[in-house]
Amino acid sequence: MATLILEQTLNGLQFGLMLFLLAAGLTLVFGIMDLINLAHGSLYMIGAYLVATVVRATGSFALAVLVAVLGTAAIGVLLEVTVLRRLYARDHLSQVLATFALLLICNEIVRIVFGSQPVMLSMPNALAGPVQLLPGFYYPAFRLAVIGVGLAVALLLYLLVGQTRAGMWVRAGASNREMAAAMGVDVKLLFTAVFGVGAALCAIAGAMLGPILAVQVGMGESILITAFVVIVIGGIGSIRGALIGALLVGMVDTIGRAFLPMLLRSFLSPAVASGVGPALASIAIYVLMAAVLFWRPQGLFPARA
Amino acid sequence: MRNAPAIGALVLLVAFPLAAKHWDQLFYVSFASRILIYALAASSLNLILGYGGMVSFGHAAFLGTGAYAVAILMAEGVSSAWVSWPLAILVSTLFALVIGAVSLRTRGVYFIMITLAFAQMIYYLFISLRAYGGEDGLNLAARSRLGFGLDLAGDLTFYYVVLSLVVGCLCLMQRLLDARFGQVVQAIRDNETRMEAIGFPTYRYKLICFALAGGAAGLAGALLANQNGFVSPNLMQWTQSGTLMVMVILGGVGYLYGGALGAAVFLVLEEALSAYTVHWQLGLGWALLAIVLYARQGVAGLLAGTAAGRR
Amino acid sequence: MAPPLLRVEGLLKHFGGVIATDRVDLSVRAGEVHALIGPNGAGKTTLIHQLSGALRADGGRIFFDERDITRAGLHQRVHLGVARSYQITSIFRGVTVVHNLVLAVLARSGSSLRFWQPLAREPALFEEARALAKQVGLGGRENLVAGRLAHGEQRQLEVGLALATRARLLLLDEPMAGLGPEESQRMVALIADLKGAIALLLVEHDMDAVFRLADRISVLDSGRIIASGTPEAIRNDEGVRRAYLGEGFA
Repeated sequence: MATLILEQTLNGLQFGLMLFLLAAGLTLVFGIMDLINLAHGSLYMIGAYLVATVVRATGSFALAVLVAVLGTAAIGVLLEVTVLRRLYARDHLSQVLATFALLLICNEIVRIVFGSQPVMLSMPNALAGPVQLLPGFYYPAFRLAVIGVGLAVALLLYLLVGQTRAGMWVRAGASNREMAAAMGVDVKLLFTAVFGVGAALCAIAGAMLGPILAVQVGMGESILITAFVVIVIGGIGSIRGALIGALLVGMVDTIGRAFLPMLLRSFLSPAVASGVGPALASIAIYVLMAAVLFWRPQGLFPARA
Repeated sequence: MRNAPAIGALVLLVAFPLAAKHWDQLFYVSFASRILIYALAASSLNLILGYGGMVSFGHAAFLGTGAYAVAILMAEGVSSAWVSWPLAILVSTLFALVIGAVSLRTRGVYFIMITLAFAQMIYYLFISLRAYGGEDGLNLAARSRLGFGLDLAGDLTFYYVVLSLVVGCLCLMQRLLDARFGQVVQAIRDNETRMEAIGFPTYRYKLICFALAGGAAGLAGALLANQNGFVSPNLMQWTQSGTLMVMVILGGVGYLYGGALGAAVFLVLEEALSAYTVHWQLGLGWALLAIVLYARQGVAGLLAGTAAGRR
Repeated sequence: MAPPLLRVEGLLKHFGGVIATDRVDLSVRAGEVHALIGPNGAGKTTLIHQLSGALRADGGRIFFDERDITRAGLHQRVHLGVARSYQITSIFRGVTVVHNLVLAVLARSGSSLRFWQPLAREPALFEEARALAKQVGLGGRENLVAGRLAHGEQRQLEVGLALATRARLLLLDEPMAGLGPEESQRMVALIADLKGAIALLLVEHDMDAVFRLADRISVLDSGRIIASGTPEAIRNDEGVRRAYLGEGFA
């Protein structure tokens, strides 16, 4: 039992950190450019597909990740310059619909190139086995690596946004865009850069989660909603909020799915528990979001005052 | 209220199935029924989105609850449309009332997110209903019984019933929009702060509007369940809510026939393009993008010719 | 003497560490014009927000007609008799002047939970709206779309909307904002006509207008009232002169 709890906690941490990678880009884009971007999940999908393709071609996971990160960032920048730039001034509904259109287009293009079937993306051989963390407790090496990557990126982002000049511009932009522009920040460049970084983060998440989940068309949608839940909980525009929110959501979702059905079975009939359990687990994060919004309508750490 | 093009369209809609039957093309009648049902669903969203200014990303949930109400009742032996269809409306209205009560306390993107979240909750709720098919969905043994010698199993009869209901609802919607309630709701969309400052409890009006739209979507759901003979939780996926929003913007947000036109254009495009290629969504994506970027007023706006003022 | 229509006691409002309203005491008598002046950033609009119900005060109390309205919501206060106009014009730009005013009249003409009868078939509402339009100087311009009006006319409509609520106390937030000399004259005449019938709390920067219209003046600086009294007393007050009017004000 203890090992189960430990394992699920680590899984929750791993999932949460990957959610953070997605949410960080999303919350910055939203906070600074006031843009709801439904195509964010598509960048994640593109990243995963690029990794899968390069791995199949060269056999090197590391190289694949590098190519994917650069490639996805490039695609992200392209999207920003051609389409998204025109949406900054528009209302949220228009943004939702336009990025929804991009989502459809991306999905279809990927489907044309790769087909509808999931694509195999296997873990790098070096990380394929389990690691003994405690006597009697083994945990997949790859998942540990994912946690490691997630923590490293979180640290990097913290340093970048918190300690550098560029990061200061980003925080200023998230806090008050007009003021930042008035103070001489090159807003256009900042936007493009933020978007590019967000896309790169998506690619990393895609690379890390690809071997664990499936690489297929539509993989972006399900995680996109979760990412939006994260940034709403965490507070729009705040990286810290994205991290806390992501960890919270990652934990609640993973542990909920693992233990809620079990918990319910202890005092409900097995038939009812097996029906209600998974459903409750699925909606747990939404209930969490509704609760947070009720108590703190701006999220936990809103960037804007 | 009713203008010449609308009356012309109505005549066409009434006459066309007879022509289709004459030329043995009954498939088109069934297709037209489908369009009409989605016209109703999209129009109900247009009410809150176009006229009420509430960007709800969870509207498909009410479509689903209405559909499931009919399907579940049918599975339990209740097949009379006179019972299950009003119940579908009632159930959806209640869901909308509860969801609206919580969601409308938020604004802007938070509202969008929380309506989405609630829709997801309902989606997962129905997936968990193993007794009624769960993820696989539920078949309807037959179409609802209307009595009076009307057999809904016949495509023509079903079409005319759907047509009357949809036309009736659109007329009601027009009435509502011209009446005090509709005028207040539209003014709230334009300047909610001022409406409060002149003494309107705006939350109350938005909530009632939201609930009414939910109920109308429930009726559409009941009809959809009959049309397809099948319901599944996929009806309530967020992408379905997205599709409804696409229909509304395609047709023209805030125009009375925006929902109907949008549904027609969307479904016809889908049908035409998918006969051409399985990748028709690509074309849809481009079309949608083009419309959002360049033709904000949708088809209805283009037809109306003017960029100013809506009706 | 009858108790004041509006009585504010120790109103307090802070945003984080900044005190925007510092224990303000204020009163407005029925039918009087009470002007509220003060330098930019003094907190005048914040005070209006709290009086109208747009912002919840952190401390103190507000009495209207001796009734505690501190906790009452925005739209409730309108029905109790307190309405406001906005410094930044907040009208319904997409519809006509008449329609704008009809909406305000509608708010106090029974329930608007009516779903069948077209609004256009309620001539009484439109008649009243037209009369209001005339009262604020927009007679003859009623059928113009509000967004197309000149700035001055929009400010007139702005006041008209507040007036249409038949409130007994109007909180006018810089009605003359952005008006040229001629338009200002018209606005002053409009407000002068209201004197006696309705109580007015007038926030303004236009000193000419203030001294012409006000029965009493209160001066707000950094969230607190530094002086309150007749126009003559305020004109001669040293502290006020220094803080706001400038030494050379005659």
